[in-house]
Amino acid sequence: MTSATSRSESKPGATPAAASPAQLGNRPKPAPPAGTPVRVTGAQSLVRSLESMDVEVVFGIPGGTILPAYDPLLDSTKVRHVLVRHEQGAGHAATGYAQATGKVGVCMATSGPGATNLVTPLADANMDSVPVVAITGQQTRPLIGTDAFQEADICGITMPVTKHNFLVTDPVDIPRTIAEAFHLASTGRPGPVLVDIPKDVLQEQTSFSWPPEMHLPGYRPTLRPHGKQVREAAKLIAQARRPVLYVGGGVIKAQAHAQLKELAELTGIPVVTTLMARGAFPDSHPQHLGMPGMHGSVAAVASMQRADLLVALGARFDDRVTGQLSSFAPEAKVVHADIDPAEISKNRKADVPIVGDCAEIIKDLIEAVQAETERGGTQDLAPWWTQVRSWRDTFPAGYEWPADGTLSPQYVIERIGRLVGPDAVYAAGVGQHQMWAAQFIKYENPRTWLNSGGLGTMGYAVPAAMGAKFGVPDKQVWAIDGDGCFQMTNQELATCAIEGAPIKVAVINNGNLGMVRQWQNLFYAERYSNTDLGTHKHRIPDFTLLAEALGCAGLRCETKDEVDDVIRRAMEINDRPVVIDFVVGKDAQVWPMVAAGTGNDEIMAARGIRPLFEDDEVSQ
Amino acid sequence: MSTHTLSVLVENVPGVLARVAGLFSRRGFNIESLAVGPTENPEVSRMTIVVAVEELPLEQVTKQLNKLVNVIKIVELEPAASVQRELLLVKVRADATVRSQVLETVQLFRAKVVDVSPEALTIEATGTDDKLSALLRMLEPYGVREIVQSGMVAVGRGPRSITASAPR
Repeated sequence: MTSATSRSESKPGATPAAASPAQLGNRPKPAPPAGTPVRVTGAQSLVRSLESMDVEVVFGIPGGTILPAYDPLLDSTKVRHVLVRHEQGAGHAATGYAQATGKVGVCMATSGPGATNLVTPLADANMDSVPVVAITGQQTRPLIGTDAFQEADICGITMPVTKHNFLVTDPVDIPRTIAEAFHLASTGRPGPVLVDIPKDVLQEQTSFSWPPEMHLPGYRPTLRPHGKQVREAAKLIAQARRPVLYVGGGVIKAQAHAQLKELAELTGIPVVTTLMARGAFPDSHPQHLGMPGMHGSVAAVASMQRADLLVALGARFDDRVTGQLSSFAPEAKVVHADIDPAEISKNRKADVPIVGDCAEIIKDLIEAVQAETERGGTQDLAPWWTQVRSWRDTFPAGYEWPADGTLSPQYVIERIGRLVGPDAVYAAGVGQHQMWAAQFIKYENPRTWLNSGGLGTMGYAVPAAMGAKFGVPDKQVWAIDGDGCFQMTNQELATCAIEGAPIKVAVINNGNLGMVRQWQNLFYAERYSNTDLGTHKHRIPDFTLLAEALGCAGLRCETKDEVDDVIRRAMEINDRPVVIDFVVGKDAQVWPMVAAGTGNDEIMAARGIRPLFEDDEVSQ
Repeated sequence: MSTHTLSVLVENVPGVLARVAGLFSRRGFNIESLAVGPTENPEVSRMTIVVAVEELPLEQVTKQLNKLVNVIKIVELEPAASVQRELLLVKVRADATVRSQVLETVQLFRAKVVDVSPEALTIEATGTDDKLSALLRMLEPYGVREIVQSGMVAVGRGPRSITASAPR
């Protein structure tokens, strides 16, 4: 065999999720010594493989072709199966579990519609780089390609929205495929991996042995950064007069928050955390300027626009952060550190590219910056901080109470954050409430803020919160949801009630598809086409009654005076999930805002207020 | 836009062509020509892909291709440092009156006649795109009835092998 095809064979035992032989011994049936093949069915091989990967929970729904796998699952004492109500819920629950714990989330579905219902959560996990393994049943091998009942080419369908996928055609490949799926999902840039297994492969007799040998000759993620690039980056950091640390979700995935804090404090550079990175750096930290982007803080957006150096750590220059690319951070040099080489210079040309694991990169950067400081010193950042502070002090995060006397949604979310505190986990849907939850809840720790950042999947919050609750059962888990989002996936509250996941759901009910309505207000001459859901006008559905019907406690809050009290009451109910219907005004808007397609200099702190429009002077 | 030739070593597994082709279409890159075939290693196939892109998008193409788990290695082959060939089969109207003239053209281009019938000849030719185009121009007046052409295959000049060198 030529060296070009030499196998990057690694044992799955090298991954953190792998089980030791001692742990395998805890199974009811005594396990043979590792490596000794035993006779099993394909389905038993699958369940044993999941056990060997230390999977503690699988979210799924059985059906025709996946039925064989559900039989041995009934006997497993290690893998708990949570029966969800819709496969989309299973997928988002696996994502929420993975986001909250850092472990691989697992979901399972049958072929055809079961599998296609997983497409949205897989695309969601793909955009947000979440390690998820989806296992789907498939029609039997002889029926594949014949348009058989519940047949769908799920590998073909999910090819563009997964990191990789497999169709298992021989039961002997099951352990290796599962090990490879978990390895691919959790290493490098994490992402979803789908394993499609035909029913007859699950039924056939085969042999099982663990650990299997992986065969991934084309998969070699770069983890260690290049020393020269790190030194170049340190040089730029030392020379910069107006630097910004632009922190993305990669920092949380690499568990590099401690290193980030050290680097930030060593250099004194202002920090911004993207929507995916909220919690990577404490909101209480004096160097934190908040979130950049379309609805970012004025200080975060302005400091990036005026920066002479952006140090991007595990961030991908998403269009919602950069606004119009041609006018984004025009004077800044760019250090771009990411584990995915394809992200570097994709949107914004990097002056110093660094490929590697963020934790390793930041650790090396700290040393290199220290060496650089000893050699030549650094620039005085005091004038830059004077400027940055003036933006922060002049345009703090804030909101106005609705003129019509209705309840302010921002106030509700702010109070939840204050009363529930930074140790809880918050999951949001998509829309205005998501932005307010990113702006007004103060995050101090990584993995406490879950949301659908890249795909923008409405309906993410409830199932993701459910998944998170199974991952971190001792923490309070709050879903901050909108009335539009909530009506997409609230059926999983039945799962929560029955399977014992007492999450709290704050429905920020403005009776409308709020973010769309906001755009109609601003850009479509206040023509409100199809955004009124009638949840105010007709009170359909009545969310408290719906909650009761789903086995949850249903509370309602319509005035400012009741807010704290209702949040406290929700916190006291722990024997079932709680839904609070916060009836809020429909005219509240998310500010600041950079209108889509415009440059970040056009940021409006509030309607008509453009902090950067006339103020082009930057004090040096 | 300039044309680039990428030699891509991939695992010989089902679906790999769909993965590569799908990536090109969804990222908005245009494939000018594609040829896939086995290599000296039965586990590895080789794709020769010709794309017309600028330098920066080409870097994106390569990086995105590299992210595909089944892609083992990518090498860009410079025209000057590689041998590039396409295969052409062309059916030309050639009755007794013009047959000798057609055969002369065939010889001129070092092509071959692979099938003969009273009113037509089938000609096989290999070469660069330029040479094959020139041949076709010469045959045009006689009446070209059918053309089938392969994608380009290419190999680097000199003793070194991209399949034998260390993985990327």
